[in-house]
Amino acid sequence: MPEPGRIVLGIETSCDETGVGLVRLMPDGSVRLLADAVASSVDQHARFGGVVPEIASRAHLEAMAPTARRALEQAGLELSDVDAVAVTAGPGLAGALMVGVAAAKAYAGALGVPLYGVNHLAGHVAVDTLEHGRLPARCLAMLVSGGHTQLLSVAGIADTITQVGSTIDDAAGEAYDKVARLLELPYPGGPPIDSMAREGDAHAIAFPRGLTGPRDARHDFSFSGLKTAVARWVEQARREEREVPVADVCASFQEAVADVLTAKAVRAAGDLDVDTLVISGGVAANSRLAALAADRCAAAGLTLRVPRPRLCTDNGAMIAALGAHVLASGAEPSPPNIPADPGLPVETVVLR
Amino acid sequence: MLVIALDTSTPAVTAGLVTLEDGGPRSLAERVTVNPRAHGELLTPQLLEVLAEAGYQLGQVGAIVVGSGPGPFTGLRVGMVTAAALGHACATRVYPVCSLDAIAAQTPGDDPLLVATDARRKEVYWAAYGAHRPGGARARLTEPGVERPENVPGRLDGLGVRSAAGEMALRHREVFALDPVEPSYPTPAGLIAATAAELRAGAAPQPLVPLYLRRPDAGTPGPPKPVSAGTDIDRGRT
Ligand SMILES: Nc1ncnc2c1ncn2[C@@H]1O[C@H](COP(=O)(O)OP(=O)(O)OP(=O)(O)O)[C@@H](O)[C@H]1O
Repeated sequence: MPEPGRIVLGIETSCDETGVGLVRLMPDGSVRLLADAVASSVDQHARFGGVVPEIASRAHLEAMAPTARRALEQAGLELSDVDAVAVTAGPGLAGALMVGVAAAKAYAGALGVPLYGVNHLAGHVAVDTLEHGRLPARCLAMLVSGGHTQLLSVAGIADTITQVGSTIDDAAGEAYDKVARLLELPYPGGPPIDSMAREGDAHAIAFPRGLTGPRDARHDFSFSGLKTAVARWVEQARREEREVPVADVCASFQEAVADVLTAKAVRAAGDLDVDTLVISGGVAANSRLAALAADRCAAAGLTLRVPRPRLCTDNGAMIAALGAHVLASGAEPSPPNIPADPGLPVETVVLR
Repeated sequence: MLVIALDTSTPAVTAGLVTLEDGGPRSLAERVTVNPRAHGELLTPQLLEVLAEAGYQLGQVGAIVVGSGPGPFTGLRVGMVTAAALGHACATRVYPVCSLDAIAAQTPGDDPLLVATDARRKEVYWAAYGAHRPGGARARLTEPGVERPENVPGRLDGLGVRSAAGEMALRHREVFALDPVEPSYPTPAGLIAATAAELRAGAAPQPLVPLYLRRPDAGTPGPPKPVSAGTDIDRGRT
């Protein structure tokens, strides 16, 4: 007897990861991870200190079909088992998104199954259901990655997401990458700073906490001033020919980031009167952010949900998971001529 | 043999279904939309319309041929990745073909010919061709290149080229001093004609790699700019 449920294939190409995931939507609405294949071009971008769009797009084209084959192999499925295709329609890099959207249309068209062009940011939240099950009726999500830093109120993962706050300048991951460059640490900067910080004193240097004054935007973030403060501090030390205490700089910078993120998230959860906080995106892998969030959520009586690091960074499983929830909601498929939308607003979960 | 023809290397979004018979390729149905921003939106919907109009299923198709450029638009990749995914889904071979070769194959006569398409940034993609060979492809006299239009005539010295095809033939008629001929864009029949020998022989396809002819624009960053000297305001992203 065949297993129950419907199979959703998810395709993600918004930045430098080519991701193809497969999930099974169970009759009770729960979603199970079957495969998560990712090909990354991050090594090709490292010497440029950031993602080069054309290089990312070229890599997506090369990796698309092989990554899809790998995902099917992992799951032990055939393409003909797929019941729906979901793809990141935005936000992201235009040329990169276009590769995934075109591939998804071809797969859906060839298989004669519905296509859902979905929102990358909603995918980062939906992925948590693969690990921790159904989301509560309402929750707060904090997305922290190289491209985004946002607080989202989620009242329905398939259709009702509103932005509560966001960064007004750099994303948190971007600040990590820029500070790493300044300290001559490798790209991407998150992992090396995280590990250096473990050896340092988080209270050695008092770096500023952006937008935390009484009259500042309550739910917004700013990391550009922090990055500048770190740059200044390091330059000053170099000018005075003092040795830069890299571990202390990393620890103090990391403390400033984790402090602001968790304080604002916990406060927003209180304002919205929700009892669950989901943290996702590449920076959710940060050890200090995870520890401080756990402490503060416990103190505030909030349930904290953080997907495992592999699911936090960009991947196809998150898009398959979101596609499955959209399919379960009974939503109409996206029309066959949808474009990729680099500026897709977070409120648009599915492209129409 | 039934063959799908796709090309997105020029402003034209091209999808066709062609039968390759003894007499050469014959188009059964095709859709072409000239819009450099709509490749990603329209290619697959156009292909599905073509199949419906001709009354065939994807599973009946024996091969897929896709123009591999050169092309300046990010849309070039739409054709390539669509072909790759269709090939995967239908377990069908995918043959990339130089889009300039496809234009050349569709031109009348056997006199030496220039093919030139838009490379943007004030340049053209170009190649020169000789007579048609059995099957329909024209022999290349030069490799595909990218060049400023005013430098193209010098590159054609001694080749005896009199006419030019491709969308830039008309635009640079004076500069090239060549008679413009059709087609302006790769056609479904031209794509198949340019690949006919390989298709008939059942040859293993070349790897699905676009002819980019240019390196990605990317500069390695210098050392971080000092922030202390200037004002208090961070001047934004680097
Ligand atoms: N342990 C860590 N601590 C802090 N930051 C980290 C850590 N690990 C990764 N990062 C940061 O996460 C970012 C990458 O996140 P992600 O994989 O979600 O990709 P992205 O392209 O930035 O995502 P999106 O497209 O969703 O914005 C990088 O900026 C990286 O420095």
